[in-house]
Amino acid sequence: MLTRGEHRASRAAGLAALMAIGLALAVPIAVLLTHGESTGVTSNQGDYLIRITRFTLMQAGLSTLLSLVFAVPLARALARRPDFAGRRWLIKLFAVPLGLPPLVAALGLIEVWGRNGVANKGLGLMGAETPFSIYGLSGILLAHVFFNLPLAVRLILPALERLPPEYWKTAANLGMSGLSLFRRVEWPAMRRSAASAAGLVFMLCATSFTLVLVLGGGPAATTLEVAIYQALRFDFDPGRAVLLSLIQISMTLIVMLVLKFLGTPAEEGETKGGGTNRPDVQGGLHLLPDAVLIGLGGLFVGAPMAAVVVSGLSADLSRLLTDALFWRAAGTSLSIGISAAALSVLLAACLVRARYSAGHRPRSVPLGLLAGLSGAAGSLTLLVPPVVLGAGWFLLLGGGAGQLLAPLMVIVLINALMALPFVMRVLEPAHQNTLERNGRLAVSLGVVGRHRLSQIDIPAMLPAFATGFVFAVALSLGDLGAIALFGSDRIVTLPWLLYQKLGSYRTADAAGLALLLGAITMALMIVAEKLGTRNGSVDR
Amino acid sequence: MRQHRAIAFDGVAYGMGELSAAFDFRRQSGTVTAILGPSGAGKSTLLNLAAGFLTPASGRIILDGRDVTGLAPSERGISMVFQDNNLFAHLDIRTNIGLGLDPALKLDRAAWTQVDKALERVGLAGFGKRMPATLSGGERQRVALARAFARRRPLLLLDEPFDGLGPGLAADMLGLMLEIRAEVGATVLMVTHDPDEARAASDQILFIAKGRIAADAPADGFFERRDLPDLQAYLGSGPV
Repeated sequence: MLTRGEHRASRAAGLAALMAIGLALAVPIAVLLTHGESTGVTSNQGDYLIRITRFTLMQAGLSTLLSLVFAVPLARALARRPDFAGRRWLIKLFAVPLGLPPLVAALGLIEVWGRNGVANKGLGLMGAETPFSIYGLSGILLAHVFFNLPLAVRLILPALERLPPEYWKTAANLGMSGLSLFRRVEWPAMRRSAASAAGLVFMLCATSFTLVLVLGGGPAATTLEVAIYQALRFDFDPGRAVLLSLIQISMTLIVMLVLKFLGTPAEEGETKGGGTNRPDVQGGLHLLPDAVLIGLGGLFVGAPMAAVVVSGLSADLSRLLTDALFWRAAGTSLSIGISAAALSVLLAACLVRARYSAGHRPRSVPLGLLAGLSGAAGSLTLLVPPVVLGAGWFLLLGGGAGQLLAPLMVIVLINALMALPFVMRVLEPAHQNTLERNGRLAVSLGVVGRHRLSQIDIPAMLPAFATGFVFAVALSLGDLGAIALFGSDRIVTLPWLLYQKLGSYRTADAAGLALLLGAITMALMIVAEKLGTRNGSVDR
Repeated sequence: MRQHRAIAFDGVAYGMGELSAAFDFRRQSGTVTAILGPSGAGKSTLLNLAAGFLTPASGRIILDGRDVTGLAPSERGISMVFQDNNLFAHLDIRTNIGLGLDPALKLDRAAWTQVDKALERVGLAGFGKRMPATLSGGERQRVALARAFARRRPLLLLDEPFDGLGPGLAADMLGLMLEIRAEVGATVLMVTHDPDEARAASDQILFIAKGRIAADAPADGFFERRDLPDLQAYLGSGPV
């Protein structure tokens, strides 16, 4: 419950936030469009564009297919075995790739699946002639499956665990075989979440930048995002970058519309330690297929992370920690992260309150627009991927060479926008909660306006603010997309430093750096999660 | 039907410590037994042991003359009706019953006729193509009874199936259940917490307290007994 004055203030703040986001998106797009007008498409370039677009869609499609083909049986196996030792940890492990900086994961994958990695040694022993290649299409697919298989499992598993226990008892009583049960009960239950997981995975893979940059990148394995980066950074061909950006935006727009058409967005449900008992599932030898599947899944996801730790620990960490460049990069990363997180939380808070003020059933068109746009602001940033945003600003700043403050501000802005949907998802329920609980009381006591913000609403939402903030810092800390265009001798962040070490084959340094970066982001993610759960228990 | 043992629990033990349960009883074929007791006493444990959802630590379970202790639920010759979620919500009524005849749903024309007959029997003719969500709670339970009717298994296990239906509807359903039982010739174990239901439907009582059978007696006059403190506590302070 808000007073009239508070409504006015909330809506004004929301409008301001929307305008800021709108500008941040519109300026680069306008720059891209005006640049685009002055460059024509030659037929030669046309072939190139078509090839890149086709590859982008193809690798995203294959990545999605592979992720789902393994995620569905794995989720099923996990649902069938609700209480083996370590199940909780395995499911926690499956949440890690979501927060892991792609660059760190790429390093772990190279350790395991690279030419000299464990996997190829094993394949060699088994008599494989040609080693698996971590670079090119196969590497990109592997990395995408590494990130998205666990995500898909976490999205699909709750659909099975939500089914009433009587289903499994009835299935056991009637004697439904595994196949019949899958066809008639499990698959119908998984279908919806599998479809939305597929949509989300496709979107993530179609806009994936870092993994493709590190593992692909050659002319035969380049996606739109990486091609934009290459056009600007290496060839300085703004015309091509503009065309690629426009293709990228239309592609994500189409994918998003299709996803919207397909139905509800994927939402991770409750995946706690134990599921429901499964009297329909037999033990003994029947255990074997499930055990093998779960074991392989755990190994596939866990091995690259373990490899990061092992190779990182064997690097010369003490030398790395005394390197002035490392501390400079850490300082820059942290400053960018904190600024981006602050901006993101501020924007999200304004949008959330404006949305609340406009109400669930807005009474007028402008209010409806305000509510709708405030909600959509998060996903708008998905529409225009960081590299595209960066490309626009890059052109506006004339390449950003020799400048310091402007590129830094752009990076902060892009990182803040990237974190926005996540931060909003944390703040929205907390805000709803505090207003429902304290709203009437505050108004009846006359604690309104500025006083209410400082005395009631902000303190009550502090845990949520902290969660969103820490999460945004972690996200920014691991991001290579925004810095890639602007990184230079003067602007060095941790991911940028890691990328350069990788590029110059300083493998040991890269391993140590990856461990440090991975550890910092993981620690922040854990803090954010802890704050989040404490937040939940305080609210109750 | 010849009178023989339909059910025997021979020194069946399950679980350990506080939550342990131990059951030993037998029933003649064609009888209806009401299982009563405070919540958490182990009524459902007993039913789940009979159904094969739980495996006893020791002892034997004999159903219809066969030792079924090591058999899977589907091999025991039982039908089961729960309080809720008896039907797969995304499958239509005919499919839900059809799965009871063949778990892979490979049914010939005669089998589908059987499905329709079962629906007719419970007064739901023509409901076959409807989805469970479009039926009332009572109608859904009748479909579950129809499935049990179509399956014609010698043992029928009921886990508070008429709970939450309201007294009138519950009485109707109980009547229907008894008719179906008589037609199939099944032996019934029925968990309930309603003494009236037990009085109306059953000829024997198993009273469970703290994981043990506190009383195994005919239903006639059972609720008037004064020698069972657990029963007194369960029924509440009656006339002293």
